[in-house]
Amino acid sequence: MSILKGITSRIETFFIEVGEMAYFTGHFFKEVFTRPFEFKELLRQCYNIGNRSLLLVGITGFIIGLVLTLQTRPTLEEFGAESWMPSMVSISIVREIGPVIIALIFAGRIASGIGAELGSMRVTEQIDAMEVSGTNPFKYLVVTRILAATLMLPILVIFGDAIALYGSFIIENYKGEVSFQLYFVKVFSAIGFGDIIPATIKTFFFGFAIGLVGCFKGYNCENGTVGVGKAANSAVVFASMLLFILDFIAVFITDIFFEI
Amino acid sequence: MGATQDILKKAEDVSTKRPILEIKDLHKSFGNNHVLNGFNLQLFEGENLVVMGKSGSGKSVMIKCLIGLMEADFGSIEIMNKDIATLNHNELDELRAEIGFLFQGSALYDSMTVRENLEFPLRRHRKTLGNITDTTKLVMEALESVSLVHAMDLMPAELSGGMKRRVALARTLILKPKIILYDEPTSGLDPITAKEIIELMRSIQKQYKTSSLIITHDVDCARVISNRMILLVDGINYAEGVFKELAASKDEKVKAFFK
Repeated sequence: MSILKGITSRIETFFIEVGEMAYFTGHFFKEVFTRPFEFKELLRQCYNIGNRSLLLVGITGFIIGLVLTLQTRPTLEEFGAESWMPSMVSISIVREIGPVIIALIFAGRIASGIGAELGSMRVTEQIDAMEVSGTNPFKYLVVTRILAATLMLPILVIFGDAIALYGSFIIENYKGEVSFQLYFVKVFSAIGFGDIIPATIKTFFFGFAIGLVGCFKGYNCENGTVGVGKAANSAVVFASMLLFILDFIAVFITDIFFEI
Repeated sequence: MGATQDILKKAEDVSTKRPILEIKDLHKSFGNNHVLNGFNLQLFEGENLVVMGKSGSGKSVMIKCLIGLMEADFGSIEIMNKDIATLNHNELDELRAEIGFLFQGSALYDSMTVRENLEFPLRRHRKTLGNITDTTKLVMEALESVSLVHAMDLMPAELSGGMKRRVALARTLILKPKIILYDEPTSGLDPITAKEIIELMRSIQKQYKTSSLIITHDVDCARVISNRMILLVDGINYAEGVFKELAASKDEKVKAFFK
């Protein structure tokens, strides 16, 4: 009986949270189009969010490129198909591995950061102080962060993909003595707009989801410092889960329109 | 004239004036928890009114309803003859520019320096205050009144608890408010720093001629600063009067505050 009660209460909590998040999203869309616009703060957040993730995304991208090439090469060699390496690596990085892994790294860094920052601002009454100072805290803190995450992730993914391809080239150059020019001619002949455009569009949604979840968890943080930790942690978990759901939807839609 | 008569005369004087802030029959509940059950309050110009209550008695809820951070379930709040429930967002912001609020934990913005913390309300209330050209002068002036000019470029994390409270007080003063709301101004401070803050509050009141509503459970703070006091028990004004009257009360619930 108590197990059933526990399950019912969890389901109820889940749906309440989904409802609150829908309301929060609606509030975002209402505020994003109304004046005054916080351009200065938006630029500051873009710089913070983009700059804070740049090195991590670069290192991750580079390692993805290295590992993917190292692990795939022996199999392709068995079939005498090493020349397909640039095409295979570029398609898998641009279409799927780059956006998803970089978005996951971004979620770990940015969703938790936003969750903890806004959470601590909530529990120390800084958000209330902002409201008393004649500022709309939702617009100043939430709208700017969600927009910054939405705008920055696609740029980071493009950057990460480029680094990953360069990492892959280094291995190819070392093992197969392929020149830089030949490698990238093969890369660009393999990937088309049908690979780049859907992958880039979905990263805007990934960025939006990461910013939204981080802000939602932090802005509605309760229960003091314990709540701040919980907000940061659940922001990462929820954002990562949401990324996979969005990725599935994106691939499904891409399949309809671009015939993968 | 004795000290008691002096205090009584002050209390008598304020009662003949029109209140600058008035709360009537304020109710606020959170689910089944009825925090305020018809609370009333009048704050007069130039007065220091202390509201005392135990932790969780609804003092902070009351002060948040006052400033529009929470919505009351029932009752009216009038500040400078304006009913805050009828004000739109811009009107509420204009009114807030005339009210200073010292938060319990100082609430300084962690990501900004002391100077930026003080400039923030100036920039934000620009619509109400007009274009302020010399913000540095106003920042210096506010920091001078709390003796912290040297801390202007420090981050809040580099300040002690007492310094944070003083910077928060300077941020409150920068808009030259008519009313200052203090939410537990001495909580979390050691007795010496708490005394310094109380002295600072007194000197600020003299200098800026403000009316103050002070929420506290610190008896020393109430004794030193209050012209009049309200004891908040079970969500209502359980007792009202000057400090000495209440301190001498035989009522058990009132006596509990002064033990």
